[in-house]
Amino acid sequence: MMRNILIVARKEIQEGLRNRWVLATTLLLAALALTLTFLGSAPTGNVGVRALDIVIVSLSSLTIFLLPLIALLISHDAIVGEMERGTMLLLLSYPIARWQVVLGKFLGHLAILAFATLLGYGAAAVALAVTGEVIDAESWKAFASMIGSSVLLGAAFIAVGYLVSALVRERGTAAGIAIGIWLVFVLIYDMALLGLLVVDQGQTISGNLLSTLLLLNPTDVYRLFNLSGSGNVSALSGMAGVAQNTALSSSVLLAALAVWALFPLGLATLAFSRREL
Amino acid sequence: MSGTVEIRNVVKRFGRVEAVRDVSFALQKGETVALVGHNGAGKTTLMKLMLGLIRPTSGSITVLGDDPAAGEFAARRRLGFLPENVSFNAAITGYETLSFYARLKREPQQSIKPLLDRVGLTHAAHRRVGTYSKGMRQRLGLAQALLGEPQVLLLDEPTTGLDPALRHSFYEIIEELRERGATLLLSSHALTELEERAGRVIIMNRGVKVADGTLDELRRMAQIPTRIRLKVTDGGLADIPRWLGPIDRWRRVNGHMIEIEATPDRKIEMLRRATRDGSPVDDLDVMPPTLDELYAHFLLSQERA
Repeated sequence: MMRNILIVARKEIQEGLRNRWVLATTLLLAALALTLTFLGSAPTGNVGVRALDIVIVSLSSLTIFLLPLIALLISHDAIVGEMERGTMLLLLSYPIARWQVVLGKFLGHLAILAFATLLGYGAAAVALAVTGEVIDAESWKAFASMIGSSVLLGAAFIAVGYLVSALVRERGTAAGIAIGIWLVFVLIYDMALLGLLVVDQGQTISGNLLSTLLLLNPTDVYRLFNLSGSGNVSALSGMAGVAQNTALSSSVLLAALAVWALFPLGLATLAFSRREL
Repeated sequence: MSGTVEIRNVVKRFGRVEAVRDVSFALQKGETVALVGHNGAGKTTLMKLMLGLIRPTSGSITVLGDDPAAGEFAARRRLGFLPENVSFNAAITGYETLSFYARLKREPQQSIKPLLDRVGLTHAAHRRVGTYSKGMRQRLGLAQALLGEPQVLLLDEPTTGLDPALRHSFYEIIEELRERGATLLLSSHALTELEERAGRVIIMNRGVKVADGTLDELRRMAQIPTRIRLKVTDGGLADIPRWLGPIDRWRRVNGHMIEIEATPDRKIEMLRRATRDGSPVDDLDVMPPTLDELYAHFLLSQERA
């Protein structure tokens, strides 16, 4: 069982390497991360602020925009695209179950995304260390958990992309819905929430309701996890205020991200299993 | 039961469309069977049912002793499938493609090279599939279907769009497999495509099985008249019934040639009369019914019923 999943994952990675998805994503993330690192460290003037913490703040914001987009781009086509091209029919005539196909693809796509994030963002940290910045253990820890949670955020959007891919009939529809999902979660949701809070003036929206609303958007979960996790970063990002009101611990946020990855993935598997070919 | 594939009273509905209507047949070891019908006759649906990709609305299917839709993969490992218009991911090479499918079937990687050789793709093994021509993709499709020496091979429109040379080598491979005892099911939209390679023909029309038998049996069942063309001297044209006897249907082709439609039971009698001493016939041609005529006959007879 596990073997079939790994066979499919391996093929996904192989294709990702061959059609240069891996290369393009890694280079894009590295280029943006390096730019942000060196532009971002200029204005602070190195007074009492640890350089890597600033990088974490800027890279987190980059992640929120970019990783969901990349994840949706590689995932929205995964099922409906193979069905449209006719490769799915042949694959399913082999001794492999549909859930194994979905999990295998997920593992492969996740590996591609993790590789690109680790290398791209890692380049920024290495560059910082090479230029002689002193980085303490706490900052390294925050950086590592930023990369880990970025991959988890990517996983959530890969899973959402699969769900779309398993439900629609045409690739074009999947692409349209994927863009819509990106717009909603990355831009519209937060604006709407902000507007709501301004209008409400703290009258009816309690801390609990706010927490729930934030948990309903994986990018907000990610933002809270990274920008309010440690004291330094939290102060830098201006997220301390929000974080105090919500009382969501790091482990709850991490669990929420995991649910955001696993729940849509489960639904995608279910939808694909019931689909007539 | 002994059949490698058994289909019993299978009905498959997609919404309100009945794609397969109460079809039953069994395929035996070492048999090459042609599944013939127009597009939409239910051929591909039958193959998908045999592969377990879809479940019958009613009826039952057994392939190599298993229910293909039950989620047991033992049978699928001994089964080969070539879909209509086969396609592969364009980014990876032919060798890598086969290597992937071989892993899924738990076949050793050493089996790939001989297979590529067998379908004549060795020279292109390490080129991206995206650069392949249609014929080469079809070869690769056949190669993946042959992985693991399958006992049952389902080939959906395998020869459509193949050049004659490839078609020839394709049928050679098929024959080899049949001799080894594999069951082969080839679908086609026309009987002529199969060039009489199939020992048995199943004709489908609008989801219904309309005929099932060897080509000879089908010819006998159909009772399609043989056309005989006679080149007749001028004197003979005037009173044909006198020297040829009573004939059902005939027509004049031109000034010195007539065409007779002779039913199978009267064919010999006609030929004897036309060729006996003193008959005014200079030359004759016998044209047995073509496969297309045979096919059309069964389609029409079902639609009239």
